[in-house]
Amino acid sequence: MPLLENGQILPDTWQVAAEGEPLPAGDVLVPLARLSEGLGRNSEGRLGVVLTSSDEVEDLRDVLPRLDVVLLTFPVFRDGRPFTQARTLREHLQFKGAIRAGGHILPDQYEFLLRCGVTAVVLPEGADPAVWQKAHEAFTVAYQPSILAEPAEGFAFRRRLL
Amino acid sequence: MSHSPSSPLPVGHYAYDDVDRTFLKQRVAQFRDQVERRLSGALTEEEFKPLRLMNGLYLQLHAYMLRIAIPYGVISARQMRTLAHIARTYDRDYGHFTTRQNIQFNWIKLEQAPEILNVLADADMHAIQTSGNCIRNVTADQFAGAAVDEVLDPRVYAEILRQWSTLHPEFTFLPRKFKIAVSGSRQDRVAARFHDIGLIAHAGENGRPVFEVLVGGGLGRTPAVGVRLRDDLPEEDLIAYLEAILRVYNAHGRRDNIYKARIKILVQALGAEEFLSQVNAEFAAMDRARYRLPEAVVEAIRARFGAPVFAPAGDAEAKLAAQRKADRAFDAWVSTNSHPHKQPGYASVTVSCKPAGGIPGDVTSAQMDLLADLAEQYSFGELRITHLQNVVLGHVRQDALYEVWQALEKNGLGTANIGFVTDIVACPGLDYCSLANARAIPIAQKLSARFANPDLQREIGPLRLNISGCINACGHHHAGHIGILGVDKRGEEAFQITLGGSSGDKGASIGQILGSAMSEEETVDAIARIIDTYLARRTAGEQFIETCRRLGTAPFKDAAYAPA
Repeated sequence: MPLLENGQILPDTWQVAAEGEPLPAGDVLVPLARLSEGLGRNSEGRLGVVLTSSDEVEDLRDVLPRLDVVLLTFPVFRDGRPFTQARTLREHLQFKGAIRAGGHILPDQYEFLLRCGVTAVVLPEGADPAVWQKAHEAFTVAYQPSILAEPAEGFAFRRRLL
Repeated sequence: MSHSPSSPLPVGHYAYDDVDRTFLKQRVAQFRDQVERRLSGALTEEEFKPLRLMNGLYLQLHAYMLRIAIPYGVISARQMRTLAHIARTYDRDYGHFTTRQNIQFNWIKLEQAPEILNVLADADMHAIQTSGNCIRNVTADQFAGAAVDEVLDPRVYAEILRQWSTLHPEFTFLPRKFKIAVSGSRQDRVAARFHDIGLIAHAGENGRPVFEVLVGGGLGRTPAVGVRLRDDLPEEDLIAYLEAILRVYNAHGRRDNIYKARIKILVQALGAEEFLSQVNAEFAAMDRARYRLPEAVVEAIRARFGAPVFAPAGDAEAKLAAQRKADRAFDAWVSTNSHPHKQPGYASVTVSCKPAGGIPGDVTSAQMDLLADLAEQYSFGELRITHLQNVVLGHVRQDALYEVWQALEKNGLGTANIGFVTDIVACPGLDYCSLANARAIPIAQKLSARFANPDLQREIGPLRLNISGCINACGHHHAGHIGILGVDKRGEEAFQITLGGSSGDKGASIGQILGSAMSEEETVDAIARIIDTYLARRTAGEQFIETCRRLGTAPFKDAAYAPA
């Protein structure tokens, strides 16, 4: 599925490990349960992990330096746990790699995801990136600090977006 | 006679600047786009629903309802006129003040909603996060900035929290709604113990406040009194600590059952100690510098609040005393509807939105305009909505009370019943709400009519009566000295009575159910007998709630179910 990153649609070169099958060569995303298998595999490819919204990100603490991508998944857009997972990865675990968000997400949540530290969104096939770009540009001000450390806008906690 | 010289900043609430106004206009444009995407089918109804809810738009039984935010209950005269305009132009000429100090309009057309939000934005108002599973309107004491017992002005902190929680990137899709209240004085007038987070300010060192933090209180299906997490949270840690609480809740609150999704259920499931240790672990791990609330930020927000400049009151007190002596009805109104003010010669006035036989909290557009006029003339252009569904004029010179009362009397707003049995809190009930089991309004009107006699009410004394049309408890029946809960009894509307609830600082308690549900008529009669029992058995000076606590529910239960 296409990947939206920095306003660009990019082909996704990563493969998600298929259940019950051996891990493919190349860049691969594995579920938490297969993480040790991924870490132990003999391949040049990079490794990422797929988290469900109920997984504990703290479980990744020791292995994060060896991961390039964490993919957070929304089972439904109303399940807001991935926002906290993203922020925990950035703020508590100092994860420097890519954080992707996938699953059922609305464009109206795009800015929130970015401000929690997500770097790319897995779009459904055929999604119009212009709608997401418009959502990204909808606001020029926010009212609280975020992972992105935006500049202050006047007084208090206001931040200038864009 | 005007005692309200114009102030460069609006008195009592935060003054928007161009940045805030730009934000509101962007929010309106976003919502307009969302409505268009819904109409085009790009958004499903399931996807659109939370987006409209976070702009205050509910679908009720007969129409859309729009709930407009009145942050910490404070509204200017100009803003009140905007509400009157909305009532006249887009609704049926009235609005309904709610227990979260907001206002609801019940007959809104979806296609007009973006336009209404735009009209609101022009008056520095919005409906952001008045619904949905997010941080709701932050409430504060209706006598803020005027009360004699105030430690600090809670509105400044409520505004800081309003801004911080607005479109919060992490906490906009919580397991369930989240309500915060701030009290600025030891006497808790905000029901802090019945909130997801209740904050009670105390004086700290160096002139900076500290906060008592209560978590996990609430009414609804599972009433609970909040547990104390902190006694003395420093001001500079206020935001960081709330972030820590919200993070634990967002990560671990239940999402499989909406009736078990509030933070109180998480606190109960983990136990207060374990919940506290998780919050403290989060608090210890987080980047505290990022979330620090420096004194400079507090003062920058405070500087955006206008403060009343009081004229010397002269012989106002003596004049009021003479007027009270000369007019018994006025004297009764002053004794129930006015409150001590820290400025000598001034008073705060509660305008009752509970006329005899009326609908609690309903106000017509003409009454809104009158309230705006009175605020401009007598109270520095400022009005407050209370969580008991009344309106407060915060700063009235005592020698103007007579004129204020006369104007209110002429317009159906002069009822002298604040704190009495007819000062009823009621939810919209089955007349509007699709969740309700029973109508809350007609029984409120019948009780209001039954006890309308001013002498009888005064004889009964302080008594809180709350009515909810269903178990979701929007009428806070658990917190009423007498609570009424609408239920469905084999397809008929029926009512359960609870007794002994209280939200005050003299001990928050949850009302106990007396027995099986009765018809509306039987319930009204049963309540009359309960009150007769109190009158017969009270000791000298004993208030209703005190007699309930002393005697327990048994004698009241006997009275309620006595054969007619």
